[in-house]
Amino acid sequence: MYQYDQYDQQMVDARVEEFRDQARRRLDGKLTEDQFKPLRLMNGLYLQLHAYMLRVAIPYGTLNSRQMIALGDIADKYDRGYGHFTTRQNLQYNWIKLEDAADILADLAKVEMHAIQTSGNCIRNISSDHFAGAAADELVDPRPYAELLRQWSSFHPEFTYLPRKFKIAVIAAEKDRAAMRLHDIGIQIVEKDGEIGARFYVGGGMGRTPMIAPMIRDFVPLDQLITYSEACLRVYNRYGRRDNKYKARIKILVHELGAEEYTRQVEQEFAHMLEQGVEPPREELERIKPFFADPAFEDGAKNVDRSDPDFALWVDRNTHRHKHDSYVSAVISLKPVGGIPGDATGTQIRIMAKLAEQYSFDELRIMHTQNVVLPHVKIADLHALWTALDAADLGAPNMDSIEDMIACPGLDYCALANARSIPLAQRISEKFDASGKTAKLGELKLKISGCINACGHHHAGHIGILGVDRKGVENYQLSLGGSEAEDTALAKITGPGFTEDGVIDAVEKVTDLYLDVREDGERFLDTYRRIGMAPFKEALYD
Amino acid sequence: MKILTGNDLRTGAVTWWDGTNWSLHVDAAADVGEHGDEILAREEALRRVNVPYIIEAEASAEGVRPAHIKDRVRALGPTVRPDLTLKPKDPEAIDWVI
Repeated sequence: MYQYDQYDQQMVDARVEEFRDQARRRLDGKLTEDQFKPLRLMNGLYLQLHAYMLRVAIPYGTLNSRQMIALGDIADKYDRGYGHFTTRQNLQYNWIKLEDAADILADLAKVEMHAIQTSGNCIRNISSDHFAGAAADELVDPRPYAELLRQWSSFHPEFTYLPRKFKIAVIAAEKDRAAMRLHDIGIQIVEKDGEIGARFYVGGGMGRTPMIAPMIRDFVPLDQLITYSEACLRVYNRYGRRDNKYKARIKILVHELGAEEYTRQVEQEFAHMLEQGVEPPREELERIKPFFADPAFEDGAKNVDRSDPDFALWVDRNTHRHKHDSYVSAVISLKPVGGIPGDATGTQIRIMAKLAEQYSFDELRIMHTQNVVLPHVKIADLHALWTALDAADLGAPNMDSIEDMIACPGLDYCALANARSIPLAQRISEKFDASGKTAKLGELKLKISGCINACGHHHAGHIGILGVDRKGVENYQLSLGGSEAEDTALAKITGPGFTEDGVIDAVEKVTDLYLDVREDGERFLDTYRRIGMAPFKEALYD
Repeated sequence: MKILTGNDLRTGAVTWWDGTNWSLHVDAAADVGEHGDEILAREEALRRVNVPYIIEAEASAEGVRPAHIKDRVRALGPTVRPDLTLKPKDPEAIDWVI
């Protein structure tokens, strides 16, 4: 994986000292909160319901054992013994003290990490396929391109004060495991006439106005990747709505201009910029690529001993096909039955780090579904890995099941939330585990957000739940039919909302209907698409 | 009643104005009547509280209860981690929030 050069390290170290001075001035009263707020947000430090919250960037979700150990140590030293993995492949600490924040950033800098651009109206952490570099179905490893984009977007002076935050995802497989078309820019690395290039989707997003990004260019040569990205940003920076926060995302601009007109303007800007030569030299991409070279894979066993049914179940559910047939990618579920989705203790974080060191060439990935991946595990080592995970309460065999739900922190932690989302996740997980229906339901992506900002991706859930505030009481809207995969779709609301108990019953009703009417091989989403909303509404409201 | 709440500047902890100082316990919150803005301006300037605001609450024999669920979550702690609330040994404390 990528290692900082002297410039990267200098920039991060300098930022730590700059923030240390800013925090000191705030504590000394030389800065007001209004003056300090934009400074702390540029370093990922929010003020949430119970304390300051620090969001740490994990570029394209990739990190090594040393970095993971540091994250676990920070959880124990400065927080309350745990961290929360997010839907943007980052990690959040919920109980940070302002007086500790600079020391935490210094600890992060020692392991080539930071919290820069994890907040504010700038280009945020770039996300990617969590199986990048390992998946059997990818064209190339997308991470070198994500890294090039990271370098370009870090401290970019022109894009530090955009109309609104800006999120980019990069994938390189037909299967979309990064919700690519629900980003401000989604980039798919593709091949055309034997040449590798980038396909651009612009103007997607969730939030209060969900939109699926239209494709605006089917092929950009790799030596124009940054120039084209910059052209997309420039048009947005120039015309994005700065007068209205709720209309300031690029999706609104693309929608209001129309994809065709937005594209025309981007192409015009792109042609102009090509003459200016803003593209980094191709040598930089070539310098980056070896950091992502394959580790030294060895041939070995191709199958596991399935005599232990619990182990066999975990292998079936939580491993993913690897490009080398003696390896798999192993998904560590952070969704134990009744647990808090995405939370891991400092001890668990260090255990995952040690297991990565032992079994996965020192590498881990964070999934946007709030789980952790060991990308390169020898099939021969799977039983030993599973045994260690199970002992640490990290062996839940539930990937892509209803128990593997996304849930934002909700009203239990978040200052923006209107309703709690975690208790729903816990109760649904317990209910479906106890009833034994989880396995029968197969792939079913449940996503829960505690407010319209949609951090829990409810618009993209096969089943989505949105918490709202109804006269001071939590209420939950149910939606069906969303997808954040390559068949991206936005879920539709079923009808009137429910109480907390009511929405849990509602989830059971729609899943029972699915079990009753599904045809062979159909997932919940397939059945919904075949029969439509009406039968589900009837089951819910008649 | 009207009460004042904010976060401690250094720690970020939720605090409540008790009439003379900032307390971690909502039960200590004082009714500020019409003097809320004046107290907030003074206390914020003294850096004894961060982003304070005025909320409605009810006083009863059981204590002070903020009108909105968000402030009740703030007052107790995350309902999904009773061990991290101000009443870790009282599992029924969550009912007060909801």
